[in-house]
This record gives sequence, structure tokens and C-alpha cells, in this order.
Amino acid sequence: MPLDDRSTDRPVIPTTSQRTGGGSGTVGDIHAREPVITVRDCNVHYGDTHALKQVSLDIGRNEVVSLIGPSGCGKSTFIRCLNRMNDTIESARVTGDFRLDGQDIYAKDMDVVLLRARVGMVFQKPNPFPKSIFENVAYGPRIHGLAGSRRQLDDIVYESLERAGLLAEVKDRLDEPGTGLSGGQQQRLCIARAIAVSPDVILMDEPCSALDPIATARIEDLIDELREKYAIAIVTHSMQQAARVSQRTAYFHLGNLVEVGPTEKIFTNPGHKLTEDYVTGRFG
Amino acid sequence: MRLTTMLLLFATLVILAYFAARRRAIAMAGGHRGIRNLHSLPAHHGYYAALCSALPALLVLALWALVGDRVVMGQVITTLPEPYRSMEASELSLVLNEVRALASGQAMGGERPPELEPVAGRFLALHSASRWLLSAVVLALALAGGALACWTIRPQLRARNRVEAMVKALLIGASTLAVFTTVGILLSVIFEAVRFFGQVPIIDFLFGLEWSPQTALRPDQVGSSGAFGAVPLFAGTLLISAIAMAVAVPIGLMVAIYLSEYAEPRMRALVKPLLEVLAGIPTVVYGYFAALTVAPLLREGGEALGLDVASESALGAGLVMGVMIIPFISSLSDDVINAVPQSLRDGSLALGATTSETTRRVVIPAALPGIVGGVLLAVSRAIGETMIVVMAAGLSARLTVNPLEAVTTVTVQIVTLLVGDQEFDSPKTLAAFALGLVLFIVTLVLNIVALLVVRRYREQYE
Amino acid sequence: MSNDNPGADANPTRPVSEARRKVEAGVARRHASERRFRLYGLFSVMFGIVFLGLLLASVVGNGYSAFRQAQVRLDIHFDRALLDPEGRAEPGLLSGADYQLLVKSALGEQFPEVTERRERRELNGLVSPMAAYELRDLLLANPSLLGTRQSLWLPADDFVDMLLKGHVGRGAGVSGRPGGAQLAWVDRLKAEGRLELHFNRAFFVSGDSREPEMAGVWGATKGSFFMLLVTLLLSFPLGVAAAIYLEEFAPRNRWTDFIEVNINNLAAVPSIVFGLLGLAVFINVLGLPRSAPVVGGLVLTLMTLPVIIIAARAAIKSVPPSVREAALGIGASPMQTVFHHVLPLALPGMLTGAIIGMARALGESAPLLMVGMVAFVADVPGTPLDPSTALPVQIYLWADSPERAFIERTSAAIMVLLAFLLVMNLAAVWLRRRFERRW
Repeated sequence: MPLDDRSTDRPVIPTTSQRTGGGSGTVGDIHAREPVITVRDCNVHYGDTHALKQVSLDIGRNEVVSLIGPSGCGKSTFIRCLNRMNDTIESARVTGDFRLDGQDIYAKDMDVVLLRARVGMVFQKPNPFPKSIFENVAYGPRIHGLAGSRRQLDDIVYESLERAGLLAEVKDRLDEPGTGLSGGQQQRLCIARAIAVSPDVILMDEPCSALDPIATARIEDLIDELREKYAIAIVTHSMQQAARVSQRTAYFHLGNLVEVGPTEKIFTNPGHKLTEDYVTGRFG
Repeated sequence: MRLTTMLLLFATLVILAYFAARRRAIAMAGGHRGIRNLHSLPAHHGYYAALCSALPALLVLALWALVGDRVVMGQVITTLPEPYRSMEASELSLVLNEVRALASGQAMGGERPPELEPVAGRFLALHSASRWLLSAVVLALALAGGALACWTIRPQLRARNRVEAMVKALLIGASTLAVFTTVGILLSVIFEAVRFFGQVPIIDFLFGLEWSPQTALRPDQVGSSGAFGAVPLFAGTLLISAIAMAVAVPIGLMVAIYLSEYAEPRMRALVKPLLEVLAGIPTVVYGYFAALTVAPLLREGGEALGLDVASESALGAGLVMGVMIIPFISSLSDDVINAVPQSLRDGSLALGATTSETTRRVVIPAALPGIVGGVLLAVSRAIGETMIVVMAAGLSARLTVNPLEAVTTVTVQIVTLLVGDQEFDSPKTLAAFALGLVLFIVTLVLNIVALLVVRRYREQYE
Repeated sequence: MSNDNPGADANPTRPVSEARRKVEAGVARRHASERRFRLYGLFSVMFGIVFLGLLLASVVGNGYSAFRQAQVRLDIHFDRALLDPEGRAEPGLLSGADYQLLVKSALGEQFPEVTERRERRELNGLVSPMAAYELRDLLLANPSLLGTRQSLWLPADDFVDMLLKGHVGRGAGVSGRPGGAQLAWVDRLKAEGRLELHFNRAFFVSGDSREPEMAGVWGATKGSFFMLLVTLLLSFPLGVAAAIYLEEFAPRNRWTDFIEVNINNLAAVPSIVFGLLGLAVFINVLGLPRSAPVVGGLVLTLMTLPVIIIAARAAIKSVPPSVREAALGIGASPMQTVFHHVLPLALPGMLTGAIIGMARALGESAPLLMVGMVAFVADVPGTPLDPSTALPVQIYLWADSPERAFIERTSAAIMVLLAFLLVMNLAAVWLRRRFERRW
């Protein structure tokens, strides 16, 4: 642990910094304008490892929040908490206050099925099911019973593919396996699959890290369009990407949420030494 | 010379060859300091000489073990008096056994025809002469081989390369044994099956509806003439295998799903070994359990329901066979289910699917080729399973699909036809080999298809 | 909701709340189905475990009583007049004497009131014919007993045994054997403390017999031992050699592919087919003796070979290439690399595979039926060439016997077989744990 006590070298910026959420020490404003998900004092342990420490953050409607930071800083862990994907990891222990439109995400009576229907997720590596393109997109609507007829199902599938910007490329081969598409197309298929169930929030865990620059650019455009309808949180390794697609940026470091703020400010005038070091490429 | 003495002498010669060659190599190099002048280490020269001494002699020994007795017996047969010489092969072998017994001096009651006495003497003489000859040849070869190898030792001799080439040849030989086994199986069943089809047309065998292999022992005997229509056996085998699979596939698959998708690690650690115990129990134990416990239970249960359950019902045998196959299916399915990438499960769960929906709609379809391969292997096992059906299924070749009746299977008939006294030319005995041929071909096809499917599946996710 | 031209314009007004309403409507049903599915899984696991429990309980429940055997205490007089009526005192004579007479006279003394011929015969039937052999062995081991009077425990007949263990009812006799008089004698012997259940030594030291009280597993155990010995001595070196070649030296071509398919297929060929091979090749063509463990061992070798090859290849594969590179790098030949470095590291894995293969071979019976190891063999085999049976085949034979007393002996033999298998598997587990290496 090279930097285990950051309070010693944290610069004091009294004007803009607001300390919220139980004194986690995050620099900047953690609030969103129209919050969909609010997280307060999130702690995650994997066995003996304290992976996230007192993190508080909002994710708001019609905006893209990007989570940046060096590897192992807990950004993926954080978004996996938001739709309780960490439930599948035996050793993970999550505490804190997580709310989706005011509903407690970790409440006993919260149904993960309903939660995940509202909080979709796109993964690092494209993971289309070994089924046809059509069936990949139709999977969510089918299990949730969203379509009353074949016609409605067709509509949902076409609409989702269209919104994911994939329809034009695949409309003649919807019966072919989704695994036969190129990497970028696969990832857009996964996005189409996620929006087919009409979620409120889409979580993206480094969605472009396995893709080439051209495919990445398409996905970034797509994310920008999707912002109109969904709240989006995206984990990314690339600061350029964060700068291009997001309105707000959160910088994670060793399990701490160091700084949150408008993307422009984070990259031009960071409030914390660690953030500055990271965005200027001094480490990470 | 006794066999053990000869083998001891032989071993001594081989060891001597090793040390002699080693010494000679060191001497050639000009003592221990000159070992650098040798191409190979002295020990390699030793191994080289030992192998040269042992291999040809061992070859002769192996050859003798295969044909020696036949050669001697062939000689003995020519000295038999006339009535014996024209006997059938099976009777002749009985006579030869008597000659052997006489020669070894075992007077085990019963009287032997006096005319065999001189034959026994002749056998003894031939036997001991052949032993001497064998010993002489083996020891001479060992000596000559070792001496020749020592003679050729030069510092430049590439002894290590030669030893390694010989060892490699032995390794290659061992690896081809599997092929020879397959060829041996094929030849032995095909050879006898062809003889059978010479007596019973192959069409009658494959499509005949009646099976009663009891042929008359003597031509003048009154009795059934024998019918060799194997369809009832195929049907019985299929019926019992189908029952077994109906038990094993759903239960085995659900066990695999439960253990890989639901069970906690602790439960997995407890249940898996228990199921492996189920897999390790010998089939004869299952057969005994089926006959002693399950069959009476089914019978009583059937009576309570007003059903007539045969005491050797297909249901009992199939049920127990199914349980035997459960761990087979569950461990194969467990493997393929675990090979399905976690990312697919995550993708489905993240869409809000429940674990069962994920399993049924994503994991199982993705694992299907592997599961199908495992099921095919299991079918092949069910068809070839012998002891359970021998002990718990009947002998009556009935053409029925009613699982409460007794049926018979291919393997049961092979066992019944071949156990006990047999004459080797009757269609009754040969029929067993024809059945064996069918069994081998069917399981071969199933196995190869299953292996290909599983292999392709593994490649998909590797 | 419907949009006839779906590609043209995404319908922006599809209300989010409606989708949520639909999801919520179905969620109870889906959770119920989830619970059912999980329950099926649990039921399947329980089914397997309950069946295993039932099987073991049935075997133990039927078989544990076979480890004790009814014995009668009789006052045997090693009477010179009966054993050696002519007073010649030759050792050969003692072994040929009629020891049954001693038992009969002892029983006569015990029940002096029984005089009628038929009744006497029934009375003598209480004691097993094995008693006479035991008396002979006793006297031959200790000739000074001649002329003395000894109180000895001798094995009772199997029906007395069954009666004492409560396996046959006292009412109608099984096949009419225990008549009313016999029951009375049994009761009297029991009341006098002359009839008890003792440890059944005969079961562990005898060969097969038509008389249940004389039948034991030693012959079959030795047969199995000889067979496994032959199998191990042949299949282990051959299997390891084949695995070394295929894993380390073989070029990737059609021929090695063909060998591989052969090995994998042979591992799945029904065992009875190997029996047919054994019958046709080893017995009919090569003229090896029927019923001999050596033939059974050869057949089991061919059966076990694929298992050992597959296990040995896996063991070799698990040795990291860096070991080979290190050896080759300092100038060892490929052969030296394999024999000096790879093989020692792979050996524990190979041995584990071999033990598991041996355990499978030990439980195998179908191919042995084909090579004549089902013959009734009363003698304990002394060499791998003597006729013999094997443990599983002995179980099969006894399971077919009609006598009630054979049911418990079959189960007891199964317990012996399972005990051997357990020991072998534990050894394999131990070996794996002891030498397991993660690279």
C-alpha cells in the first residue's frame, strides 16, 4: 500500500469541496441533479480484503457518470453493488445505504429480479448467449413476460436493436448466432439485450476494453445517445473515453472515492492531488 | 531344466553383459579419467549390451509361450492311435487333457484307456526335450547378444542413442497395444460370428422375432431345433436401457445442476464423494441389491396397486441400472456445466433472470453438446451392462414394452450361452459371439459419436 | 405499442412503468418456479444418497450376522478304538480315519435317549460335516490328544445357525429339515450352554463349499489377488510406457490420433466384450487354462490399460514444461529428460490412476464369467495357474444359491469386497493429498 493514509497529503480546498455521506472524505459534489440511484457509505469486503471504503455517490437521470481510477481501485465492485451482482460472489459482504428511486436495494423484500430488470448491465467482455441474434435480444422480454404476442416481441427486438445502432447491420441475419458477430457488434448486441427490458439505469463495466478504436467510437456515440433515456454509469480505464462520454466523473483510488465532479472540472482542475496525478498521467 | 533355473541363469547373463560392457568401455577410454573420450557414458554401454542380450532371447521366450504347447501337442497327436486321430476337435482336446494328466502322474480316479499310456510317455519326452531346447536357445542367444555388443564397443560407439532408440521402440510397442486390443476384439468376435452366420442366415438373426437357442445336443434327440431371431433381445436391451436412462438422465442432470448452481461449497464437498461411492460400487452388488431388495419391493408395491409385476421385471433391473448410471451422468454433466463461462451466467442474471431461468435457458443450451455426449456414453454403458441384468432380469426372450414383465437382454444371453459346458461348433455358442459383435459395433458407434461431440464441445470453450 | 415499421422510428413513448408492471405481475410465478426447480435438484441429490444408504443398509443388515456362526460344544473322546481300531498308530492312518464317528458318538453320549436310526441321523445332522475336518486337523497338529477327552466347540449345521439367528421360523421347517425333535434338541443344547454364536473363522479362511457353514471367501480373495497381481504387473508398465510415448515423443499425425481414439473407445467398451476376447484368444487360440487367475488377469489388463494410460497421460501433462526445458537446456537427451525428471514427478499421479484402475478391476465380474472363472472351486488356489474364482464372481455364485444361509454370506462377501475397495480408494486419496503439487 503505497498511499495508505491520504488525509495527510490531501490539499485543503475549502471553497468547492462538500463533505457528504458520513464523512468519507470525498472531494467534490456527490449529488446528481435528478438522482435515480443514491449510495451512502458503501463498504465492500471480499473475505479479509476491504475493497470499498465509505463510498457515497448518486447516479442521475439523463446523465453519464464515468468511474475512473487505477486497476483494483474498486470501480467495478462499486457498480456491481448497484444491481447486486456481487450476490453471486460467495465471499463478498456489502454494507451501506443503496436506494433506487428511494427504495432500499439491499432490503430484505427487494426482489433482485425486479431490481435487475430496472438496473441493466453490460460487461467488459461481450457475452452474447450462444443463441441467434434475435433470441439474444428477445431473452429479457421473454423471461420477464414483456411481450404479449410475437408481434410485440418483434417490435421490442427491432426497437432495441435500432436503439443500439445495430439493426441496419444485422436485420438480414437475425437467425444467425450472436457469437458470429464482430467484437464491437457483439457488445452493441449486449447493449440491445440490456435495453430490451426497458431499464432505468444501465451499468457498463469497461464496455470497450476488448474492442478496437473504431468499434469503441461507435459504442461511445451510442452511449451518448442512450443518455436521453437512461441513467448510465460507466467504468472505464480510458480517461479520454470518460472525457468524451460522461457529464460527471468519479475518481476511485484503493477503495476510496477520492473525488467526484463535472467531467470538465476533474480533467482540467482536479481538487485532489491524487486525481491530478492520475489525470495528468503521473501514475495509474 | 526347470523354468525358474533357466530364468535365473538368463537374468545372470544379462546382468553380466551390463557389467562387462561397462568395464570394457571404461578400459577403452583409458580408465575413469578418460571417460570424456567416450561418446556415451559407460553405463549406456552397459545398458546397450544388456538390451542386446535380453531382447532377442525374450522374443524367443514369448514366441514359445504362444506356440510351444501347440507344437508339442501337434507332435503328440500324430502319435495317437487311429480312432483318436479322426476325432472332432473338442473331443480330441479332452483326450489330450487326459494325456497331460497321465503324464503329470495325477491318478485322479477313473480309468484311462491303456493305449494312451505310451502317448503320455511320448508327450513327457517331447515336453522335456522342448524345454531343454528352449533353454539352450534362450541362453545361447543371451550369451551371443551380450558378447556381440561387448565386441562392438568403441569409444565412438553411440551407445546412448542406440539404447534410446530401443527404449523408444518399446514405448511405441506399448502404445500400439490399444490398437491391437481393438483388432483382437474385432477379429475374435467377427471370426466366430461369421461361422455362426454360416449356419444361421444373418437376416434371420437380425430380424427374426423368436429366440430360443436350445438346440438338440444329439441329432437323434427330440427337442427344439433352435431359433436365433435376436429382435426380442434387442427390444429387451432397449427397454431396460430406456428405463435406466429415464431414471439416470433427469436425476443425474439435476444433481449436476444443483451441485454446480445451488449447493454451497460445504455441501458440494460432502455430496460429491458420496456420489462417487455410488459410482465405485461393483455392478455385481447392484445386481444383488436389485434381485434381493428392489424386485420384491416392486412386486409388493405392484400387488398393492393390483398390478402383476414379474419378479424379474424389466422395471427393477432398469431402475437399479439407472441409479448406477446417475453418478456417471452427473459427473460428466458437472464437468460440461462448469465449462460454461461464468460471463454467460452473469449476462443472464444481470437481465433479471432467476437462477433456474439462467440454468434452463442459457447454461443447459450452451452445455447441451457436452451433455448429449455424456448421455450417449451412458447409453453405451447401459447397453453393455451385464451383471445387473444377469442377476435381476430374466431369461425369457419376450417381445414386449411392458416394463412390469420380464425381458432378457443381449448381455444376459451372451453370459447364458457361454457359461458352463460348451461345444465350440454349435450355433448356440457361436450365437454369443454374433451378439457380442452387435454389442461391440453399437457401443463403438455410440462411443465415437459421443467422444467427437464432447471433444468439439471442449474446443468451443477453450 | 405496435409499430409496423420497426426499423424506422424507435417508439419513444413506450411507458417504462408498463414494462415494470408486467415484470412485477410475473414475478411471483417465476419465484415459485425457481423454488420448484431448486427442490427438484435437492430431491435428486437426496435420491442418490438415500439409495446409497438403503443399499449399504441392506448389505450390512443382511450380512453382519454371517461373521458369527453357531457352534456346538461337544465332549469329544479321541477314542483309539474308533480312530485306529487295529492299533497300528501310523500317521497316514490318522489322516484317513473316520472322524465323523467321533462326532456321532459324542452326540450319542449327549442324547442317550435317541436310539432309533432315523432319529440318530437327524441328531447327527445338527453338526456340520466340517466338524470332522476340524477334529482331524486338531489331532494331526497335536497327536498327543489321541485317547484323551476334550470339550470342543464345533460348527453346527447351517439350519441350526439360521434358527439361532432367527432367520428361519420355528414353525414349518424349511424344506422339512428341522423337525420337531431337532427343535427340541436345539433348545436343550442352548439351555445347557452348549450352543452359542461364535466368531466365524471359517468364513475368512476357507474356499467355496456347497455347505454354507463351510463356505468362505479366502479362495476367492486369493483368486482376486492373483488376478490383480497379474493385471498390475502388466498394465502399469505398459500403460505408463504408452502414456510416455503418446505424451512426450509421438508426432501429431493420423496414426497417433487413431491410437488415441482407440484408447478412448476401449475405455468405454462393455466389459463383457473383453471377456469374449479373452475366451476366443487366450483360451481357444493360445490354449491357456480355463478358470485360471492368470487369464482373468490378462483380460483385466486389457480392460484396465486404457484407464491407466489416460490417468498417466494426465499426470505427465501436469508436469510443467519448464522442468523439461531446464533438463534439455543442460544437455540431457529427451529420453533422459523424461526418465530422470518428468517421470518421478508424474509418478504419484500415475500410481493414483493405477490404484483406481485396480479398484475397478477388482469389482469387475462380467468378463471373468466368460473365461470360466465361475466354476465351483472348493480349493484355495496356490498359484495364478490354479483354477479359482474371484470375489465378485463368488458373490454372484452365492447370490444364486437357494440356501437361506447363503443370503447372509453373500452380503458378508459384499462387505469384504467393499472393504477392499474402500481401502484402495482411501490409498488413492491419501496418495493424491500427500503428493499433490500445484505448479
